[in-house]
Amino acid sequence: MKYDVIIIGSGLSGLAAGIRLAMFDKKVLIVEKHTVVGGLNSFYIRKHRTIDVGLHAMTNYAPKGARNTPLGKLLKQLRFSHDDFRLHEQEMSEIRFPDKCLRFTNDFDLLQQEVREQFPDAMDGFMKLVAKIESFDELSLTTSEWTSARDILSDYISNPVLIDMLFCPLMYYGNASERDMDFYQFVIMFKSIFMEGFAKPVGGMYYILNLMVDRYKSLGGELRMGVEVQSINSAKGVFESLTLAGGEHLQADAVISSMGRIETFKRCEPALVNEADESLAGQVSFMESLFALGREPKDLGYERSIVFFCTEDRFRYEVPTNLIDISSGVLCCPNNFKYPEPLSEGMIRLTNLASFGLWDALPRRDYIDAKKEWRTRALENLFTFFPDFRDSVVFLDSFTPKTILKYTGHLNGAVYGSPAKAKDGTTPVRNLFICGTDQGFLGIVGATLSGISMANLHILQKKVAPSA
Amino acid sequence: MTRDEVRQAVVSILADIAPDEDVSSIKDDVTLREQMDLDSMDFLDIVMELRKRFNVEVPESDYQQLVSMASCVQYLQPLLKDRQLAS
Ligand SMILES: Cc1cc2nc3c(=O)[nH]c(=O)nc-3n(C[C@H](O)[C@H](O)[C@H](O)COP(=O)(O)OP(=O)(O)OC[C@H]3O[C@@H](n4cnc5c(N)ncnc54)[C@H](O)[C@@H]3O)c2cc1C
Repeated sequence: MKYDVIIIGSGLSGLAAGIRLAMFDKKVLIVEKHTVVGGLNSFYIRKHRTIDVGLHAMTNYAPKGARNTPLGKLLKQLRFSHDDFRLHEQEMSEIRFPDKCLRFTNDFDLLQQEVREQFPDAMDGFMKLVAKIESFDELSLTTSEWTSARDILSDYISNPVLIDMLFCPLMYYGNASERDMDFYQFVIMFKSIFMEGFAKPVGGMYYILNLMVDRYKSLGGELRMGVEVQSINSAKGVFESLTLAGGEHLQADAVISSMGRIETFKRCEPALVNEADESLAGQVSFMESLFALGREPKDLGYERSIVFFCTEDRFRYEVPTNLIDISSGVLCCPNNFKYPEPLSEGMIRLTNLASFGLWDALPRRDYIDAKKEWRTRALENLFTFFPDFRDSVVFLDSFTPKTILKYTGHLNGAVYGSPAKAKDGTTPVRNLFICGTDQGFLGIVGATLSGISMANLHILQKKVAPSA
Repeated sequence: MTRDEVRQAVVSILADIAPDEDVSSIKDDVTLREQMDLDSMDFLDIVMELRKRFNVEVPESDYQQLVSMASCVQYLQPLLKDRQLAS
């Protein structure tokens, strides 16, 4: 049997591509190596709790009726109504540095006002930067030269603290590069976080993923779980077949892979020697700890939805020289969203930059001890800034870059993939395409839009060239 | 299909493409882009839905014929006159 399209990976981009293709009667199969869908934004069950792996918040919030926004486009393309996603907005978030604090909500006016009050001298430049961002076409699918966001920002703003404060949330939520950011990615993240904003779905990722899987299956899409693609076989530069671990062969006219760009090239037969160079892989990864609490975060002094913090004068977004970097991080309180009913339990999540190499080098026993030790160190540093909540913790868990590699296959556990993106999704192999993180749109809304755009561009708008 | 049925077929496609939209109040002479914020992705979807439901091809050079409800009906009626509106 031959498929029109096989999609590798059932993360958000793979599911979205699958829905689009099944909607227009393509014979489509998604193969997923894990036993659970969702990839980087999945869920797991521990002690009767369904825990989101990734989700702090969905970025790109737009109200119902705002159709020309990324969220609006996503909903239309997948034929969901705004209500289907059951989104509820954040209350208020903040960027907290030693001497300054900028609060923001889903109303961009507040951030502007905060910048005016905290950095009056920089206001003029900030507004000019905003104008540049507003007029920038960040969703273009043509690859352009890497442009340093730091260089552009320094043309508009001279205060290094303000620059660091703006970068902190945008880097943590979507930067594959260390230290600097490609300007188009800066614009995507600026709009999606500051101008659009945060929301969470009732029921978390478990709910959203089920919604997508149900839609995909009801349109006739096939999904095979626990099936790993071993090799992507081509002849004369044209895709021919997939070989699964275990030896089974699958035929299709085209393949869309969400594994990551280098991860995909590494599986190509014959080998793509230059493209599969692992030194080009992303390096940025995180340790994440979650703390279920016997009380509401608000009762413990945690009022905000999300806090991006830095406890030192300068913010460093780079692979740390220790297992994790405790000097900056993200704190998320899922309870502090405008839900119609309170969540069943208090929860605080803490994210810190982490070094894949150092975690990977630890022997098994030391690995478990190191998780405890570094979680403790991160909390101790946190509590120099924020109230201590340790007495209220009823359950806790942490995962590291190694966990991310294990469950998603992304090299180095790089959450945002490789710094080199393939914006048009093409590869050296004809009829093999890339979607998701390494295509260049990331995060929950971004990855979903990526799957949609690649399915549209390479399959639905084009006749697939017959394999030779 | 009669003109009315063609209109109904287009309305049903629009209702599918934009689930949050009230399609009962679409004005025939105002552009769809204006009334419903349709973008180029949506026009492609209209074209693909027409192909899927009625097996008609709208070549790219004719996309501007889909600009308003009135022009859609005008353009599509000859193409759809032998087709049945699925109940
Ligand atoms: C800790 C963490 C927190 C995050 N927080 C947020 C957040 O708050 N908000 C937000 O918007 N985004 C967040 N993200 C980012 C977001 O999760 C990702 O950008 C998005 O899910 C990427 O989706 P994707 O489809 O590109 O890739 P993936 O989800 O990685 O999908 C790839 C899939 O391919 C499968 N696969 C890999 N190799 C093979 C193979 N050989 N054969 C078969 N299948 C294979 C994998 O198992 C995986 O399911 C977070 C991510 C993490 C890890």
